[in-house]
Amino acid sequence: MAGLLISRRNLLLGAGALAAAGWPLRMAWAAGAEEAPRGGRLVVAADSEPRTLNPAIVASNGVFFIASKVIEPLAEAMMDGEGGLAPRLAKSWEGSEDGLSITFKLREGVTWHDGEPFTSADVAFSAMEVWKPLQNLGRVVFANLDTVETPDAHTAIFRFSAPTPIQLIRNALPVVTSVLPKHLYEGTDIAANPANKAPVGTGPFKFAEHRPGEYYRLTRNDAYWGEGLPKLDEIIFRVLPDRAAAASALEAGEIQLAAFSQVPLVDLERIASVPGLKVVTEGYEALTYQLVVEINHRNEILADQMVRQAISHTIDRDFVVDTVFLGYAQAATGPVPQNAPQFYNPDVKPYSFDIERANRLLDEAGYPRGEDGKRFSLRLLPAPFFSETRQFGDYLRQALGKVGIDVTLVNNDTPAHLKAVYTDHDFDIAVGSPVFRGDPAISTTILVQSGIPDGVPFSNQGGYANAELDTIIDQAAETIDTEARTALYNDFQRIVVEDLPLINVAEWGFTTVASDTVLNVGNNPRWPVSSWTDTALAS
Amino acid sequence: MHRALTLTRRRIVSSIPVLLIVIVGTFLLLEAAPGDAVDAYLLSLGGGDAGLVAELRQSYGLDQSLLKRLTLYVGALLRFDLGWSVTFDRPVLDLIAERLPNTLWLMGAATALAFSLGSFLGIVAGARPGSLTDRALSTGSLALYAVPSFWLGLVLVLVFAVDLRWFPTAGIETIASGKTGLARVADIAWHLVLPVSALGFIYLALFLRMMRTGMTEAWRQDFVLFARAKGLARRRIVLRHVARNALLPLVTMLGLQAAAMLGGSVVVESVFAIPGFGRLAHEAVSGRDAPLLTGIIIVSAMLVIVVNLLVDIAYAALDPRVGSGEAAS
Repeated sequence: MAGLLISRRNLLLGAGALAAAGWPLRMAWAAGAEEAPRGGRLVVAADSEPRTLNPAIVASNGVFFIASKVIEPLAEAMMDGEGGLAPRLAKSWEGSEDGLSITFKLREGVTWHDGEPFTSADVAFSAMEVWKPLQNLGRVVFANLDTVETPDAHTAIFRFSAPTPIQLIRNALPVVTSVLPKHLYEGTDIAANPANKAPVGTGPFKFAEHRPGEYYRLTRNDAYWGEGLPKLDEIIFRVLPDRAAAASALEAGEIQLAAFSQVPLVDLERIASVPGLKVVTEGYEALTYQLVVEINHRNEILADQMVRQAISHTIDRDFVVDTVFLGYAQAATGPVPQNAPQFYNPDVKPYSFDIERANRLLDEAGYPRGEDGKRFSLRLLPAPFFSETRQFGDYLRQALGKVGIDVTLVNNDTPAHLKAVYTDHDFDIAVGSPVFRGDPAISTTILVQSGIPDGVPFSNQGGYANAELDTIIDQAAETIDTEARTALYNDFQRIVVEDLPLINVAEWGFTTVASDTVLNVGNNPRWPVSSWTDTALAS
Repeated sequence: MHRALTLTRRRIVSSIPVLLIVIVGTFLLLEAAPGDAVDAYLLSLGGGDAGLVAELRQSYGLDQSLLKRLTLYVGALLRFDLGWSVTFDRPVLDLIAERLPNTLWLMGAATALAFSLGSFLGIVAGARPGSLTDRALSTGSLALYAVPSFWLGLVLVLVFAVDLRWFPTAGIETIASGKTGLARVADIAWHLVLPVSALGFIYLALFLRMMRTGMTEAWRQDFVLFARAKGLARRRIVLRHVARNALLPLVTMLGLQAAAMLGGSVVVESVFAIPGFGRLAHEAVSGRDAPLLTGIIIVSAMLVIVVNLLVDIAYAALDPRVGSGEAAS
C-alpha cells in the first residue's frame, strides 16, 4: 500500500495525455466488476446528518451520500457509458435540432417503494414543481424550462423557452434529476413534506429508519428493477462526527467504509498499513474540488493584472500538492480541471513557480519594496471548509511574504467566512474550494461572471467584470452544437488563465478507506454519491 | 422539610432573572457572531442563486429584526414552546428530550466516578499527609487534571477499543441491534465505560485534592488531638473524625462541577460520537441556530440550578448550621 501514493500521482500525471480518450482514469477500471456475492450489512461512516434527505430539492453531496441509494436520477455518471452516462430511470434521451426540447424515454416496470408505478407524470411533476422552482442547482439549469409533456406513461418531453444545450442537460442529469413520487408530494408543502426525512424512491434500497445522532438504516428493495440487484441486504450510515472516530472504528472493525476523506490524509499512511483495510482513490473523478485563490478586484492593487500574475508566479503548485495534499491532488492549470476531458483545454499557458519574475512584475506594476522590504499589505481569508484550505492559507502567507507582500491571516468559522467573502466582500484575497460539477455552466462560469447579486455563495463576489468573458458565457449558454460550445469554453479557459479573475492552484478528489471485504468500491466517477447497486461484501 | 421548601421557593424566584439574562445574552451573542443560519447552511447546500438565499432567509424568519425575533421567541417560551430548530428542521423540545438523557447518564456516571474514587483516594492520601502514597497520588491526579479530555478519550479509544477491543470505539449503544430491557441497559453501560472514564478521571483530581487538603487541615484541629488523646484507633479517627469533616466542601464542589461537566461533555461526546447535549450545543453554534442554542442553554441553566438546589438541601441536612440563618434574620 505504500506504493499507492506514487501510483496515484503517476496516474494523474498521465491524465493529461489520456484526457481526450474519455475519463482519464478509465484504465483503472479495466478489471470490471468483481464477482460479488449477495447479502450482508455494510456499515459506513457518515460525518454529518443533512437536514433533508431530498436530493431533488438539495442537490448536494451530503444529501446524495445517503439519499442516492433510495431516490434515483434519470441517469448516472459512468466511466465507459455513452457520453459518460449510464441510464437509470430514463432509458434514452434526445435533444431536438433547435435545442428547444429534449425527449426522455423512461424505464418501464419500475415501482416506487410503496408499490405505486413510476410514470412520466412523476418526472413532469418533479421537473416543474421541484427541480426548476426549488432545487439549488436546478433553478439555474432548468431556468428556461417551460413545460414537460407526457404523451404516454413512459415518455417525457422537456420544452424550453430558449435554446438549451443538450450537452449541459446531459452533464447535469446525474445531479439535478432525482425523481420524486408525485402521489406523495402533489398538493402538499413540498419543502415540509415528511417524505423529505423518510424518502420514498425507486432506488435499490428502501429507507428504513433514522436514529438522530446515531445512524441511518437502509434495507434492500426486493422489487428493484435491476436484475439480481442490489447485492447488499442492508446499509447503515453510522454518524461519526469526529475524524479520529472514523479511523478508530475502521481499525476496530466496527465500520467497513469511510468515504469523502473522512479518514484525514495524515492518517492514510498509517491506516493503509493496517491489515484488512484498503485506501481507494477512485470514484471521485466527477466530484473534483478545486483549490483557488479568490481575489477582491475592488482593491485597486489587485485590480492590476500584473499583480495577479505575480501572485500566481509566487505559488509553487507542486509543493502545495506534495505537502498540503500529501500527493493526493494535482496542480491546476486553469478553471476547468484536467479530469474533465470533455472541456479541459490543455493549451493554456500555466504559471511557472518563478519568484524572480513575480518580483519583476510587481516592480513593473509600480509597487516597489519599501524600506522594510514590504510592497503592500493584504488580508487573506482561508476558507475553513477543509484542513487543506486552511493549510494552504498558511503557505500562501509565507509565499507572498517572500516577494514582499505582507499578508494578515483572518480565520473565521464557516458562516462567518461565507458572510465576509460572499456578502460583505470584506477581504483582499481568500482561499476557496469550488466544486467542478461536470459542466462549466453549472459550477464554473459563476466564479467569474459579472452582475451576480451580493450574497450568492461560491460565485464571483470579487467585483470582477470582463465583457469579453461575459459574452462567451452568454453565448455558450445558448449554443446547441456541442463542438461549438466546447470551443467557446476553450476560449473561456484561455482568458481566465491570462487575466486571472481568480487563481487556480490545485485539484483534488477524496479518498475512501474500506475493509478488503467490501467489493466494487469506487467503480464509477461519482461513486460515494451513486446508488451502490453492485457494492457487495465478500463472505 | 420546611427548610427545603423555603430554599426551593427562593431559588426558583431568583432563577427567573438569571434565565432572562441567559436568553437575551444568547440571542445577542449569536447575533454578534458574523454570519447567520442561512450562511451556515449554504456550505452543505453547495451553492444556490440569490433568490434561493433570500427565500431561505425569509422561511427562517431571519429577514425580521432582532427585537422582533426575540419578542416572538420569549412570547413562545411563555407558552412553554421552545421553538423550531432550523439546523435540524425539527422542534427544539424533541431534540432536547432526545439528547438530554444520554448526557445525564454520561454526566451522572462521570460525576459518581469522580466523586467516589476521588474522595476515596483523597482519604487514602490525606490519612498520612506528606507520605509517599500521598505524594504519588497528588502528583498523579494533578497530571490527570492537566490532560485535555479529548486527548485522554482518544488514548483510551486507541488502547482499549482499537488494540485490546474490550470496549466499542464510539456510540451510545450497538447500532440497530434490536436489544431491549436488561440486555440494552448492559449494552449502553458497556458503551459508556470509556467516555465516562475520559470525563470522570479528569474531574477526579479535583475531588481528590480537595479531600486531601480538607483532611490535612482537620488533622490540626483540637478535636482530632482529643480523639487521639482518647486513644481511638487511627482508622476510626481517619474515617469518623477527619474525613467526615473534610467531606462537606466536596458536596459544594459537586454542585459547582455540574456546570463544568456539562462543558466537558461537549468534547467527550464528540470524540465518542454520543448523541448528547454537548454535541447538540456545538452543532447549534456552528449552525447559528439561535432557538436551539437558547433552548439548550435554558435547559442547561435549569439543570445547574436544580443540581445546586439539591446540593444545598443535602448540605442543610448534613450540616445543621446551614439554613438556620433565615430564622435569625
